[in-house]
Amino acid sequence: MLRVVNFAHGVMYMLGAFAAYYGAQLLGLPFFAALIVGPIVVAIFGVILEFSLLRRLYGLDPIYNLLLTFAITLVVVDLVRLVAGALGSPYSAPDQLSGVVDLGFGPYPSYRVFAIVASLVVCAIVWYVIERTPVGSRIRAATENPILTRAFGINVPLLVTLTFGCGVALAAFAGVLAAPMTNVEPGMGEKIIINTFAIVVIGGMGSIAGSILTGFVLGIVQVLAALLFAQLSDTAIFIMMVIVLLFRPWGLFGKPETAV
Amino acid sequence: MTTAQLGGRRGLILAGVLLAAGMVLPWIVYPVFALDLICFGLFAVSLDLLLGFAGLLSFGHALFWGGAGYAAALAIAHYHAPFVLAVAAGVVYALILAAVVGFVSVRRQGIYFAMITLAIAQIQFFFAFQFINLTGGENGIQITNRGWFFGYPIENDIPYYYLTLAIVALGVWFAVRVVRSPFGVVLGAMRENERRAISLGYDTNRFKLGMFVMSGALAGLAGSLFAIGNRLCGLDAVAWQTSGKVVMMTVLGGIGTIFGPIIGAGFFESLEYFVSKTAIGDKTNIVLGTVFAIVILGARRGIVGEILAFAVRRER
Repeated sequence: MLRVVNFAHGVMYMLGAFAAYYGAQLLGLPFFAALIVGPIVVAIFGVILEFSLLRRLYGLDPIYNLLLTFAITLVVVDLVRLVAGALGSPYSAPDQLSGVVDLGFGPYPSYRVFAIVASLVVCAIVWYVIERTPVGSRIRAATENPILTRAFGINVPLLVTLTFGCGVALAAFAGVLAAPMTNVEPGMGEKIIINTFAIVVIGGMGSIAGSILTGFVLGIVQVLAALLFAQLSDTAIFIMMVIVLLFRPWGLFGKPETAV
Repeated sequence: MTTAQLGGRRGLILAGVLLAAGMVLPWIVYPVFALDLICFGLFAVSLDLLLGFAGLLSFGHALFWGGAGYAAALAIAHYHAPFVLAVAAGVVYALILAAVVGFVSVRRQGIYFAMITLAIAQIQFFFAFQFINLTGGENGIQITNRGWFFGYPIENDIPYYYLTLAIVALGVWFAVRVVRSPFGVVLGAMRENERRAISLGYDTNRFKLGMFVMSGALAGLAGSLFAIGNRLCGLDAVAWQTSGKVVMMTVLGGIGTIFGPIIGAGFFESLEYFVSKTAIGDKTNIVLGTVFAIVILGARRGIVGEILAFAVRRER
């Protein structure tokens, strides 16, 4: 959206999970509170990063942004490894959600149902805010044409920082949500970021609805691939990316690049 | 991403100094460490061809480095191929792979190109991880015997090092020739103004593809030499961390300076070695990442690029 590729997004996801873990360990923070507090704490960290470091690189080739966030990723991941150790720690789901529900076609862990519903709700909220509210239209204007938006008296740098913070908060929210389902470990962000890149390439950049749809479709493809050809489950998403690139190099929902 | 050009007398002197340093290196540090240095040096040069001269940042160059390493290691371990054939197998594999991957990826550029190359490299990583019969999975492929180079034994590290140094020097010389050739000049024009180059009738994607294939082949050459030298090709070689490492080396040394990335590789490897000896242990990325972030924020031209810029400013 911001035409900023944030390699460190996976790190924010990981930090979200760790915030929940340490919140529970040290402060006895319950899961539902962690779902709110975790993203806020991580977002503050993200905003500080944006304000102090990333901001200096705007106006340069976006590649430098990618490289800087890559450097931040390396530093933060190893710092977390230093503090928490390289091995994962389990984080248990709250008692209310530890059971199993019957969905009509079979039993399913109720936590996963909750996670699916929660992520759907958040996606819907994001889509609504970006596409249907005054703030959203300003954000879209600021990414479309920052100079003109500035001329209308809108504080674009502040808006960019806020949007960045929200993006980080979303990543951290996903991290907290995923914590009970996977191991909380320093490497968890790196695993997810490469998949996210493929999703963005397939979906095309800057389209919220497109990214959400692609994300869900790819999730289904991955599960199907795992059922049909077990060895391909990890690569299915990348193979799909290659196919999309061959026929629609600008992504499924993106627009062709006008400037070469 | 324009950088001060390294040409004429200055380039010649630097090349001489680097070669001399390469000659004495195995007597100063462990020969195996020296070998790692020059292999990664050539690897970084191959990335610089692409990044500095075609303006394409590949974040998946371990695809060629590691893929060729596996090919060379397989040729030796399973078929007892002589050294020259094993290296050739690695280079040919990287060449074919680069032609296919380049065909798909040069249609996009900038950050998209980086993401695509990274994702494609991941495909190979998972293959290497899962096809244990072929690749040994997490154990990798062991090479018990390096074999012979036209009748000369290369089992010892010192002769192998000098053989590798000669090949690496040839590879770097090839890279310089490519950059200076008419082909390189057209690429330079494309980097300055791609639309203009298109309107002049150049098929820019074909030129980029050509550079991508050459870069991939050189990376494959470096990866083959590295794998045979270490008598091992494992998952590390194809992991995305290796791709990131070579990007850091190249940027650290100076994008578009050819010799810079060699220095960058030396600096990076040495720093990694010294940091790993301190209390931080294997969390070397805390220091390496910080250094890299400082370079990105404050000295984007890299070590050689900044020195050159300084020299140019003084001459004026």
